[in-house]
Amino acid sequence: MIDNIELIFPEIFISLSIMFLLILGVFKKKSSKIIHNISLLVLLIASVITLNETIGTSRTILFNESIVVDYLSSFMKIITLISAFVVLLISSNYLKTFKIFKIEYPILILSSVLGMMIMISSNDLIVFYMGLELQSLALYVLATFNRDQLKSSEAGLKYFVLSALSSGLLLYGCSLIYGFTGSTNFNVIATQFNTNEYALTFGIVFVLVGLAFKISAVPFHMWAPDVYEGSPTSVTLFFTMVPKIAALTVFIRFLYVPFLNLIDQWQMILVFLSIASMLFGAIAAIGQKNLKRLIAYSSISHIGYALAGLATGSNDGIQSSVIYMTIYIIMNLGFFSCLLMMKRNNVYYEQIDDLSGLSKNHPLLSISLLIILFSLAGIPPLAGFFAKFYIFKSVIEQSMFFLAIVGLLSTVVAAFYYLRIIKTMYFDEEKDSYDKDHSLWLKLSLTVSTVLILMYFVFPSELIDVVSKINII
Amino acid sequence: MNFPILSSLILLPSIGALFLFFTRSKSENKITVKYVALFTSLVNFFLSIYLWFLFDQTTSSFQFVEDRVWIEGLINYKVGVDGISILFIILTTFITPLCIISVNNSVTKRLNEFLIAILVMETFMIGVFCSLDLVVFYLFFEAGLIPMFLIIGIWGGARRVYSAFKFFLFTLLGSVLMLVAIISIYWITGTTDVVQLYELGIDTKYQNLLWLAFFSSFAVKTPMWPVHTWLPDAHVEAPTAGSVLLAAILLKMAGYGFIRFSLGLFPSASEVFTPLIYALSVIAIIFTSLIALMQEDMKKLIAYSSVAHMGFVTLGIFTIQQQGIEGSIIQMISHGLVSAALFLCVGVVYDRMHSRLINTYGGIVTIIPKYAVLFMVFTLAALGLPGTSGFVGEFLILMAAFKDNFLVAVLASLGVIIGAAYMLWLYKRVVFGRLINFELKKMIDLNNSEAFTLTCLAIPTLYFGFYPEPLIDTIEVSISDLINTYNYSVASK
Repeated sequence: MIDNIELIFPEIFISLSIMFLLILGVFKKKSSKIIHNISLLVLLIASVITLNETIGTSRTILFNESIVVDYLSSFMKIITLISAFVVLLISSNYLKTFKIFKIEYPILILSSVLGMMIMISSNDLIVFYMGLELQSLALYVLATFNRDQLKSSEAGLKYFVLSALSSGLLLYGCSLIYGFTGSTNFNVIATQFNTNEYALTFGIVFVLVGLAFKISAVPFHMWAPDVYEGSPTSVTLFFTMVPKIAALTVFIRFLYVPFLNLIDQWQMILVFLSIASMLFGAIAAIGQKNLKRLIAYSSISHIGYALAGLATGSNDGIQSSVIYMTIYIIMNLGFFSCLLMMKRNNVYYEQIDDLSGLSKNHPLLSISLLIILFSLAGIPPLAGFFAKFYIFKSVIEQSMFFLAIVGLLSTVVAAFYYLRIIKTMYFDEEKDSYDKDHSLWLKLSLTVSTVLILMYFVFPSELIDVVSKINII
Repeated sequence: MNFPILSSLILLPSIGALFLFFTRSKSENKITVKYVALFTSLVNFFLSIYLWFLFDQTTSSFQFVEDRVWIEGLINYKVGVDGISILFIILTTFITPLCIISVNNSVTKRLNEFLIAILVMETFMIGVFCSLDLVVFYLFFEAGLIPMFLIIGIWGGARRVYSAFKFFLFTLLGSVLMLVAIISIYWITGTTDVVQLYELGIDTKYQNLLWLAFFSSFAVKTPMWPVHTWLPDAHVEAPTAGSVLLAAILLKMAGYGFIRFSLGLFPSASEVFTPLIYALSVIAIIFTSLIALMQEDMKKLIAYSSVAHMGFVTLGIFTIQQQGIEGSIIQMISHGLVSAALFLCVGVVYDRMHSRLINTYGGIVTIIPKYAVLFMVFTLAALGLPGTSGFVGEFLILMAAFKDNFLVAVLASLGVIIGAAYMLWLYKRVVFGRLINFELKKMIDLNNSEAFTLTCLAIPTLYFGFYPEPLIDTIEVSISDLINTYNYSVASK
């Protein structure tokens, strides 16, 4: 059992760090800054360990077959760690403005990251559920982190109640699967189940519902706009990026390892989730005035595209979903960096109207946002187009033309609301300018994400090369 | 070919734009900014003329081909020109410097960014005409939406937001179906390389759907009736230089696409859908000509006349005869020159009087005589008077149409008459007549740069009207080869 223990060094390292940081926080007064910095270091070191220890290893199963380490898990873990690192890096100014720059914030982020890493590596329903709850509990607290604000508390409570409900459904699904296969282990389930057992399908459906809730796919998306709007912006950034990576990985593992043979059963569900998310996300965002709410709907629609890749049931589809998520994360990072820069006299602005005439006062900021928005809309030659291109390529290769056409038509609808933001920035009258003294990290994350999006077309093969090593089927 | 001349043509404007991006636009260096842009586009123009000089007219195969792996095992960056595309490239590089010269008065704010948008636009337009890979083509074709959206939206007139959105969403809606078709072609044949696809051919059972998907994109861009409604709005609201680019080059992307992709890749489907194209073209010619007759806004009138002229182009392409396609290409080149000039003419009086309404003007022939002369040249070219390039194109198209379908040809000829009516009536109301509005007396005649741009456009218009030989020589072999391939694949079906 102790063989290959180095493969879970990152998890062990993060757990130990969390404990250490908690103790440090208790015994040292005014330690929020140092804990913030140590957490950054921890995330960085953990991603380096992941890169060093696990990326080259072939698929290995540990701990009584309950943990799996393969290329997919290493890749997703590194993305998770780096995203969390960047979120933590650029959120300090925001937290200071609201006087919530506390020791709990980085520790909660670390614990949710730990939960996600366990989810990503899980090969067993119980391990997976444990990871899921660990990350969810941390996220509930994060949502309410600005507890003096009514909206933030409301967001946290809403998230907690609905998420608990979905966890219940998920657990019920797990118990059904256990009941009809006699095991919670993915590999054992794969060999044990009887395809004619309809109750097993019920189990799968319940688990899918729970997972769909976590990634806010329609029709389980209701919490997302409220929670995204109410939470502190830096937490919203975390919500839109990091938990989705883990949930998507579990989607892949859960559907493709034990239940690949039942593809006829779950494919329809995934196609439905995908189409509904793409369309609903696109249409519902049109009426929004708040940028955070709008990005919530936009993330719903983007998850729809990622699910379209998963619905194909092919390795190409999985890879295209992973590529999509990676590019989506970069775009989101850029978008939120802009949002975090919309500050004037210690007030953060988050309505679309507040962007009015931004291009005159902040030409560089607005050109970056322009590029990010066109990329989110999927217009070539920006990265967002390639993300969609890979998805639809894998979808069409499975002859799922209906899904492809609906998906592409909903990009046209979605283009409308992205254009509306651009219109506000470029065509409308200017307002007062925003502060310009942003932290270096914020500027850097905006610049890097914009350049990556803009220049992606020069080196499109690099990402594909990395992702093409993911081999599930 | 060691020197990547086509890639240079594509990249050069963008490099110029990048240079402008890093120059801070202050009021004192406005002139410098303009000269940088002008210099870039002129270098590009001479490069394209050099390309024409090197071009071998005796072969129909693609020349100056560059083929690089872009996405491993999926897409190659492949560019090249044949007789069909080279003229459009020269048209693009010719019109762009004129646009930049003409921005003097019409663009008062954010000149730097405007020039960047125009140069980036040039990159994408040249890219469209060069690309020999469907995905690369789609990339350039769609990317052009971004700068054009901004050109209309930032520097446009009163209803600019509505027009910019309409333009963007209409075109995008048409194009996404083309993307589905492109990916489907990859799925069917395993390649998106146009040259390979010409050789492989696409199974006839898929062709009809694929043709329709491409058609949806090109029809919006052409624009064909009934999806032409974005064009008048976009034209009216865009600044002069934007209208010029839109009319002269953007619309030609679709005509080019019809020849290169619809005819080249889907011959049997093209045969099936020819009646549809005929019907829509004839409706476009007659219906929009009638609408143009009733317009009170000069830009709108010219916009509708563009739709009618593009109707001739699509008609000519789908006669699938040597004369018809040659006529279409010449008509597109001619329309590129003439409509650009007409929009510039409207821009000239608009800059002075700030009105585009026809009834503001009247009797200006004595006040600004130079303008009146040049405007007349282009009016006559637009209605297809013999001796102008407009005539050559229309004549060839109608000749081919008469061979193919008598009724269609008669109806299209009717359109020529209405076309003459609205253009002459426009000219009469604006330039001749009694001087009622005495404000007009303050108008100054063309300044040097305006006279220069309009003369630059008038020379090729007249030259190719009398002597279209250089154009026809360039395109002849490519078209006859295209038609041979077409006939062969239709016959072997």
